[in-house]
Amino acid sequence: MQTTTENQTEERREVDVGAAAREALIDDMLRQLDAELVGLEPVKLRIRQIAALLLVERLRGQAGLSAEPPSLHMCFTGNPGAGKTTVALRMAKILHSLGYVRRGHLVVATRDDLVGQYVGHTAPKTKEILQKAVGGVLFIDEAYYLYRADNERDYGQEAIEILLQFMESRRDDLVVILAGYKDKMGRFFQCNPGLHSRIAHHIEFPDYTLEELMKIAELMARNLMYEFDAESKDAFRSYLELRIRQPHFANARSVRNAIDRVRLRHAVRIVEQGGRIPQQELARIDVLDVRQSRVFQAASERGEAKETL
Amino acid sequence: MRITQGTFSFLPDLTDEQIEKQIEYCLGRDCSIGIEYTDDPHPRNMLWDMWNLPMFDVADPKAILHEVNACRKAFPNHYIKINANDATRGRETVVLSFLVNRPPHEPGFRLNRQEAAGRAIRYTTHPYAADRPAGERYRE
Repeated sequence: MQTTTENQTEERREVDVGAAAREALIDDMLRQLDAELVGLEPVKLRIRQIAALLLVERLRGQAGLSAEPPSLHMCFTGNPGAGKTTVALRMAKILHSLGYVRRGHLVVATRDDLVGQYVGHTAPKTKEILQKAVGGVLFIDEAYYLYRADNERDYGQEAIEILLQFMESRRDDLVVILAGYKDKMGRFFQCNPGLHSRIAHHIEFPDYTLEELMKIAELMARNLMYEFDAESKDAFRSYLELRIRQPHFANARSVRNAIDRVRLRHAVRIVEQGGRIPQQELARIDVLDVRQSRVFQAASERGEAKETL
Repeated sequence: MRITQGTFSFLPDLTDEQIEKQIEYCLGRDCSIGIEYTDDPHPRNMLWDMWNLPMFDVADPKAILHEVNACRKAFPNHYIKINANDATRGRETVVLSFLVNRPPHEPGFRLNRQEAAGRAIRYTTHPYAADRPAGERYRE
């Protein structure tokens, strides 16, 4: 008699997913991500998926349905300035708040930190970095430099092998994120197919649209305590339209550089103007600050710009 | 005879979980941790062998525990200890040192008496294990 009641409660036992999600602060984290990162829908989608998976995995563990922890090694590819590094820096915090990594610190490594200069130098060097990253995230920026196809005696290969072994055998100890430009990473993976298959998450960062770039510009300006007025906003938009078509356009990085130059012109204008000015002038970006850019001058010489000053 | 060297040595041997907590405490105080091993248990033997270099800038105790286990695997019948070094100016010394591995059988020490001039007696201790050459002292 007693066993039947136990069986019945077993079947009816419920799991409060909502409470667990609230407890893990997943919503807060995702909202913050939405607020601070413009665009990047595929990236956010993947983070949402990972967050959900880790939450469900935890609930499953509590219900006795234990499984191997998922592998979360990632590879970020995308054009310059698409936000790969920014997201990687965040990823460590996100994975920590989801309870996947124990410490949530980030160790940034480049080729110099991993590859040695003489025989027998590479292995201890790579292992030391890996050891530092245990419990957190190891971020290898521009990972394709690890492997030099033209030099078969290069020690990069050795570093990759140690990395692979570590990624496989101690996957619950650290998360490795590789990042790099799309075409170069493609070639890198062609030469190292083992690495490609051991990374579960290949996330591509799309280029930003004009609207997204504008949002980024406003966000950056706000963080620097500057403000666009309506006119200068329009000017900045037409600046971006022209800039996107030029060579070496690097998404958010170009926006940041543009804002830095706008700040220079803003400062010069304020100083030259002299005298007494209202305080908010120190924060307001004038249309002139934007319009004086070389991008506009070059365009007007070619007769491309519709409005000239 | 169970030798008692370093902190916690009068307690039962620490479990891995307890070792991990101790390491975490050390790391929390910005100590760098080194692992050393020996098979000469004499109390005046300060010069143990180092297992790799001391680990600087390691954030997670699991990384150090992993090294401890690697050392245990290589030297299952040796004494292994963890040293936590505090590099703060003015301190600059080992601040915590405790055993994390010991041989399964510890034969202990022999007391040697030496008759010196004028009926004086000199005493010295000698580990039984040290009669055999280094590396073969604790084969069980």
